[in-house]
Amino acid sequence: MSTVQLTQKPSETRVEPVYRAPFPWGRLGIRAAALSYLVFMLLIPLAVIFQDGLKEGLGEFWAQVTNPIAWSALILTLWTSAVMTVINTIMGTLTAYVLVRYQFPGKGLLNSIVDLPLAIPTLVTGVMLVILFGPQQTLGAWLKDELGFSIIFSPPGIILALLFITFPFVVRAVQPVLIDLDRTQEDAAATLGARGWTVFQRITLPYLFLPLASGALLSFARAIGEFGAIVIVAGNIPLYSQTAAVYVLGEVESENRLGASAVSMVMVAISFSLILVVGWLQRRRLKDKK
Amino acid sequence: MTHKEMDITGNTPRPVPSAGRWTRRVLIAAVFIYVGVLILAPIWALIAGAFEEGIGAILKALTQPDVLEAFWLTIKISLVVVLIQLVFGTLVAWVLVRDHFHGRELINGLIDMPFAISPVVVGYMLILLFGRNGLLAPVLTALDIKVAFAVPGMVLATLFVTLPFMIRELIPMLEAFGVQQEQSAATMGASSWQIFWRITLPALRWGIIYGVSLTFARALGEFGAVLVIGGGVQGRTETATLFIYRALDERQYVGAYSAALVLGVLSLALVVGTNLLRRREVNRS
Repeated sequence: MSTVQLTQKPSETRVEPVYRAPFPWGRLGIRAAALSYLVFMLLIPLAVIFQDGLKEGLGEFWAQVTNPIAWSALILTLWTSAVMTVINTIMGTLTAYVLVRYQFPGKGLLNSIVDLPLAIPTLVTGVMLVILFGPQQTLGAWLKDELGFSIIFSPPGIILALLFITFPFVVRAVQPVLIDLDRTQEDAAATLGARGWTVFQRITLPYLFLPLASGALLSFARAIGEFGAIVIVAGNIPLYSQTAAVYVLGEVESENRLGASAVSMVMVAISFSLILVVGWLQRRRLKDKK
Repeated sequence: MTHKEMDITGNTPRPVPSAGRWTRRVLIAAVFIYVGVLILAPIWALIAGAFEEGIGAILKALTQPDVLEAFWLTIKISLVVVLIQLVFGTLVAWVLVRDHFHGRELINGLIDMPFAISPVVVGYMLILLFGRNGLLAPVLTALDIKVAFAVPGMVLATLFVTLPFMIRELIPMLEAFGVQQEQSAATMGASSWQIFWRITLPALRWGIIYGVSLTFARALGEFGAVLVIGGGVQGRTETATLFIYRALDERQYVGAYSAALVLGVLSLALVVGTNLLRRREVNRS
């Protein structure tokens, strides 16, 4: 919580005019070093994807993207990520709400479990899910025989893997806002006779809209590119359970450079726009706070 | 957090007004079930899977030369990446907070890009730059440097993927710290380097520690990008994650599961350990 308190200071420090850089080679040298690092590490690699994807013209790019296998991989990626985002938004908000508003045994433990997915490599996540739900395993075999439902090597496995990986995003976006929320309005509504769900829907939810939206979009953006967990869990059957990232890997391996570049370009463009929107939402929230 | 527990209107006891006792119980139970099924059950499954044939089998699988080599390569790459991010991450954070120039906002937004870009695409970008037919291929041949399908390419890929962590930890710290202390030191005649080492760096200590541990954990677990740029050649470019992938493919399940367990425990220990350290220091002060 200390950070909340600390971040209120910068406005006063910003006013300071020129300040001697604490490096001997001066301000410009540092700026140049930092910017060239970003240009070489970030901008050039990103630009190369666009250059290569559009090299043969827009028509060829479009033909590569709409090739049935590529197209179905992109659509699968988008719909599984969308389903995950909906579930994650609901369960993430619920988890944050329970963590902030209720007292119960195991609360501290639950709070630490939320961060676990951030610390576990996604490939390891994939391995875990295959062990638990895989067709040779007890639980997976039971689901398949009794319910005729398989999780691993099919789209539900993808959604499950994405849910695991992105669980912290919504919780951690909503939690601090819920802690800061002034509860007078909720109390007033309750005094006026509003029931629990009405209070939440009419009063609490509108407050949470911005952080919820940025948490949800962030998990969506993260899901679009996920590879490590999915490649293990999905079975990667073209036209059925092959996602965009796995498709790109296949095209790179079979040296179909244009196909790999075109689909990569679409993925980068989606992530890029989502990251910009998330940044904008977060800045707006900071402004609202002031 | 305690002031939140108090009632602003001065009215005493507040049983949560928005939910009855049963709603509350149901909501808490729902969260526990969700977290239990989604997160805890898979973790337990991995532990059970690795120990299925006993600890002897795990130790035997983990001490195979190719496994040791793979883990050693992962640790070497991660250490190099952490060192580079330490220097350049601090530099970039410093410039973004203290320096003023046009386009700063835009750069600030771009920093998060690696977070959303598929690791496969990251590896592929580097192939387009450094691969056999890559843009920089002539330069590399002239200098006789091998980047693609070699360790330098894997370091670059891991650098791209871990770029935001250090910077994102340090920016709020730098903003909160302000410049007053540095200015008073300067007034008293301290040199730029003295100010940086004695005042700025110690103040950023926890940001740096967190940044390093997150970067390290992320580097340990990187898979897609190093698979594409490194090729996963056994004994040369096979990291721990690439070994797990191969072992699963070859149905060496004990090896795959125990390596996955070790990798998971390593990254968890890093992140949890840092949190515990931090809590201890907060308690002490």
